[in-house]
Amino acid sequence: MTVVAQPPPPAARWTRKHLLSLEDLSADEIRFILDTADSFKEVSTRSIKKVPALRGRVMVNAFFEDSTRTRTSFSLAASRLSADIIDFSEKGSSVSKGETLIDTARNIEAMGVDIIVIRHPAAGAAELLSRTVSCSVVNAGDGAHEHPTQGLLDLYTIRERFGKIAGLRVAIVGDIINSRVARSNLWGLTKLGAEVILVGPPTLVPRAFEKLGAQVVHDFDSVIGTVDVVNMLRIQFERIKSSQFPSVREFTRFFGLTSDRFLKCKPDVFVMHPGPMNRGLEISSHIADGPQSGILTQVTNGLAVRMGVLFLVTQAQQAG
Amino acid sequence: MVEHWVDRIAAGFPSREPFNLVGIRTRGEVLAERITHLLRSRGYGQIGRGVLDITLYRDDLSEIGPRPMVRPTRLDISINGKPLLLVDDVLFTGRSVRSALDALADFGRPGAIRLAVLVDRGGRELPIQPDFVGLTLTDVPRDHRVNVRLKETDGKDEISVEPRA
Repeated sequence: MTVVAQPPPPAARWTRKHLLSLEDLSADEIRFILDTADSFKEVSTRSIKKVPALRGRVMVNAFFEDSTRTRTSFSLAASRLSADIIDFSEKGSSVSKGETLIDTARNIEAMGVDIIVIRHPAAGAAELLSRTVSCSVVNAGDGAHEHPTQGLLDLYTIRERFGKIAGLRVAIVGDIINSRVARSNLWGLTKLGAEVILVGPPTLVPRAFEKLGAQVVHDFDSVIGTVDVVNMLRIQFERIKSSQFPSVREFTRFFGLTSDRFLKCKPDVFVMHPGPMNRGLEISSHIADGPQSGILTQVTNGLAVRMGVLFLVTQAQQAG
Repeated sequence: MVEHWVDRIAAGFPSREPFNLVGIRTRGEVLAERITHLLRSRGYGQIGRGVLDITLYRDDLSEIGPRPMVRPTRLDISINGKPLLLVDDVLFTGRSVRSALDALADFGRPGAIRLAVLVDRGGRELPIQPDFVGLTLTDVPRDHRVNVRLKETDGKDEISVEPRA
């Protein structure tokens, strides 16, 4: 095997102790995280899938909402970096006794925690926390505001597939108004030069999104043949108001990624979904499980991205 | 100078027996590539190649200034059993080499690990010594840097001693 020497890395640096949103970040900072994640992906291919970078550090998963993927992914990322992990969930905690978010967080921090990963139903919860505690805060989803690590892993997966992001046309389809994934994707993709097309009924995709630099389209079929990536969002029944969403059948007919609609896509279209999927509703099963689906790759890449994020925020903490 | 360095390395590794040559990013890797090239021209046929990024294994991450860019380690070879030559540009405190030894242990168990450095500037903080040295510098003040520049990455070959910025 011949290894070709690579040029020295660009003089980029990371100084943020928290990761709260992609709106905050510059294009260079986003690229820096993606490049860092690239290196961490290799760790997961080793026979010993662990490095000592965060040995002796403690990460707490503070989840005030349900989660499978994100929570597991953060835990596994932390353990591959040799950090210790505490799992905190609202159920069975003193939150049910009326303790406030800030008091809960301060108490967790007082035990000597280095990173709090927080998911919360209220937009701005992570930001509020970051102003209160001195450890690092990583936003794992705050209401309909942002889910930055999901945005980053989507960017990473798209970049891995196409070798670039600039110039691609990406459709994000479905329940945009209630989606933090859509917002993080929108910020990240536009900063890196992709064209974002938000698709869905007017009740779920208001024109106001055009102000953020996206194209808003209410007729999926009018754009489906022109996009490189289709990111199908989950219909979030727990957040949706009935007036926004007439019926499942109607939604599937106009906005679902069905077999008929899939035939109109570009032949090399890349299909994504942040999970959990409503199979047969926003996406049909054979497309989700088919060769053009990146859905499980997204999950795999999420681990590398979260390892990168945990490493970077901890390093910034040491400097600050 | 590099030729003489490679002479010593060649004396330590029989050309008929396979061994692995692993450089520490960034300049150790460039040097490893040069050594490989020179050894191949001397009839070495079985050199396994790899590159090691030790950022995640350092014990002085907080002291080395701007956030380091973590870059991938590439060890597609099996390092078990065979001798392994580890290559770096400058040997100072020995902490990089210790990190590299820790990293290698996560990939396997080489039959033996030898260390080749282009410059040994003294000042060790750990019981680590090189096996093959290109140039030995003595009395370099601790607050000075020994900079190795290489054609492949810096446009020219040069070793300089400069005050730390």
